[in-house]
Amino acid sequence: MKFLRDQVDKLKPTFSEGGKLSFLHSTFDAFETFLFVPNHTTQNGSHIRDGIDLKRTMFIVVIAMVPALLFGMWNVGHQQSLALTGSDGDLLGNFWVGLLQTLPIIIVSYAVGLGIEMGFAQFRGHAVNEGFLVTGMLIPLCMPPDVPLWMVALATAFAVVIGKEVFGGTGMNLLNPALTARMFLYIGYPSSMSGDTVWAALPEGANTVDAYSGATALGNLASASSAGEGWSNSLLQGGSIMPSFIGNIQGSIGETSVVAILIGAVILVSAGVGSWKIMASTFLGGLFMGWIFNVSGGNGAWMDIPSFYHLIIGGFAFGAVFMATDPVSAAQTETGKWVYGFLIGVITVLIRVFNPGYPEGIMMAILLMNVFAPLIDYYVVQSNIKTRLKRVQA
Amino acid sequence: MGKNVKIKRGLDIALEGQPENKVYDVTAPVTFAIKPRDFKGLIPKLIVKQGDEVKAGDCLFTDKSNSSICFTSPVSGEIAEIVRGDRRAIMEVKILADSEISYKTFDTSEFSSKSRDEIKNLMLEAGLWPFIVQRPFGVLADTDVSPKAIHVSGFDSAPLAPDLNISLQGEESNLKIGFEVLKMLTDGTVHLNLHTKRDKNVYNQVSGVEINTFEGPHPSGLVGVQINQVDPINKGDVVWTVKPQHVAFIGKFFSTGNLNLEQTIAVGGSEFNAPGYYKTRVGASVSTILNDNLKQDNVRVISGNVLTGGKIAQDGYIGFSDNQLSIIPEGDQYELLGWLVPSYPRPTLSPSLPISKFLKKTFKVNTNPHGEPRAYVVTGQYEKVMPMDIMPQQLVKAVMAKDLELMENLGIYEVIEEDMALCEFVCTSKISVQQVLSEGLELMAEES
Repeated sequence: MKFLRDQVDKLKPTFSEGGKLSFLHSTFDAFETFLFVPNHTTQNGSHIRDGIDLKRTMFIVVIAMVPALLFGMWNVGHQQSLALTGSDGDLLGNFWVGLLQTLPIIIVSYAVGLGIEMGFAQFRGHAVNEGFLVTGMLIPLCMPPDVPLWMVALATAFAVVIGKEVFGGTGMNLLNPALTARMFLYIGYPSSMSGDTVWAALPEGANTVDAYSGATALGNLASASSAGEGWSNSLLQGGSIMPSFIGNIQGSIGETSVVAILIGAVILVSAGVGSWKIMASTFLGGLFMGWIFNVSGGNGAWMDIPSFYHLIIGGFAFGAVFMATDPVSAAQTETGKWVYGFLIGVITVLIRVFNPGYPEGIMMAILLMNVFAPLIDYYVVQSNIKTRLKRVQA
Repeated sequence: MGKNVKIKRGLDIALEGQPENKVYDVTAPVTFAIKPRDFKGLIPKLIVKQGDEVKAGDCLFTDKSNSSICFTSPVSGEIAEIVRGDRRAIMEVKILADSEISYKTFDTSEFSSKSRDEIKNLMLEAGLWPFIVQRPFGVLADTDVSPKAIHVSGFDSAPLAPDLNISLQGEESNLKIGFEVLKMLTDGTVHLNLHTKRDKNVYNQVSGVEINTFEGPHPSGLVGVQINQVDPINKGDVVWTVKPQHVAFIGKFFSTGNLNLEQTIAVGGSEFNAPGYYKTRVGASVSTILNDNLKQDNVRVISGNVLTGGKIAQDGYIGFSDNQLSIIPEGDQYELLGWLVPSYPRPTLSPSLPISKFLKKTFKVNTNPHGEPRAYVVTGQYEKVMPMDIMPQQLVKAVMAKDLELMENLGIYEVIEEDMALCEFVCTSKISVQQVLSEGLELMAEES
């Protein structure tokens, strides 16, 4: 440790004010504080402070995403093997193929995002905030495996600059940056973000086996609903709900496996980092709205699908666990969190059922509720204020 | 009948160096100091000059905006030095104490037949008035109001805090008289707030006050929390608070006619060799206590507790209202990947540090903040340690935005800095909550 510290101390003057590389001050500082917790001490107020900080908090979120990421890597290879040969492929081979496909996306996301963040930090004279550690991983996980790298770069840049920095950086943004990135691509390049051809990463010009279909459950359900067909298990990938739960189906890189996502949820909640209130209320909201449609009858696949299937298929679980819980863009009051999550669940199912052109609703629902979160908080705060005012009158 | 309140939200931080049940007599310290900075917003007007001889109870300086409020000498002796800081602000008035203390005599005979104004004037002249803290804002008490209520927290729940059964032992009759005097200062109620399970015996003789009981973790012993639970402060209300050791001072003064500010303080912390109770006086130099008793030199000496106290030098002076010294190591060391793999246990509210949270019983804490200040990201954290009907994070943000109306609406009249000290402790973003709040309180006080 002493040796390492000496090296850092030797480099420090070069990057400090007046040094040759002082324009990289924020970047150096980010790496230095990553390596060493600074030797600062408290100067006013509480002399002692909790062991938790933002680095640790953000790092735990990244850890929580690892199961979904690893499963996603394997699944990318698995889906390619299914499409090209019709066979399951072997574990390591699938993983290797998936790694080669996924790693560049992750690298591009982090490189572009952190580059911009460090630039802004230097420009503003701020420290580099840790928020992008999470965003940089969320972006690849919500991309289709076949997404072109330049799109990832463009979307990341858009998300960081327009989604976050123009609002003042980490902690000030209105929208979830990772979903802003996805939304940007969804609107700007719809053919690369949805449809039947994007969910498996295939080499250029490769032929798929005859039995292969690139359609997802959400797509099937949407087209069945518009055609007036009823619900049946055959609309799901693999013909039952189990594959959607386990995750060996097509979809965005990190969203397919509910099992892996639930492991992440357990990590987030047990570490006290993710809000269990938001997760629980989002699931409850989806379940509730699905149930309403079930009992209100009506024909059509989307109306009749068992309500808890809503929580398993598509990106519902991923959104509820990793996206809705972003504390900055979510509601910030404890009561508000219940309302916020519940409405996300409700709106997701509403969009799925009523919008035939737009199969997945979770992204829209979360972004919409991001916008409404301050309003929800406003009413919660007002109720606290009213209690206080009532006390005066009494 | 008073209320019985169970506090659920809060945090007891168990630290190494808990004061043991041993009372030491300190060899009389030679120098004493009264620090105008111990009083919020005070601009002092000096009455004495260097070289003057004073008795215990003689006025040293007064409040420039209300010259009837005297700040008096805790001992007799010679004014040794008037220490000035930036822009000649008075930092300390130092007194070189006589070996035998002589007291100024006040006429307190048959005080119970005196009028409220006579009582007030005696307290003002003797320098007992500054022991009363006025809410909102936690300032010196207004001399011409009758407060809605006077609250005394009968126990201290802060880390390494003294057990008042020990530190106030022998003060039973003084407490009784002190409370009688407090009752004469208000038309409202005098509340004595006790813990259901401790610190009660010394109050046995006290009568005629409303007794409320509390249980649960820190900050259950904070008077602000107690007021919020018993009878919250609304806009326009004035509430006074007095610490029990100061109630004893008041009692002793009215029973003897002398200002005798002897007190027993708790001294603790991991870097102190003889944690226990020490008999000394208000404003005493701490060097006689710390000499030869420090485990190392690189320590933080805190007058008060580790959450709200003031940093003082190793040869500094105990704060005017404090009855506790905490000595912990400084944290000015780099820690390799400390945010990821902490190299030693530290107290925390976060289950993400499981070893620290669940396995360790007492902690050796230092002054490292364990991270750098950041913008607010995490939410719902302050609420876990805030047992008041207040939205802490929203209030802090309102202060940051200098939104006076919102601050008022969110209950800034009900809190002072110490009430939100635990919020500052648990803050992931390392926001200086107490400092921010202090600026807000100052702003509100100016406006109102």
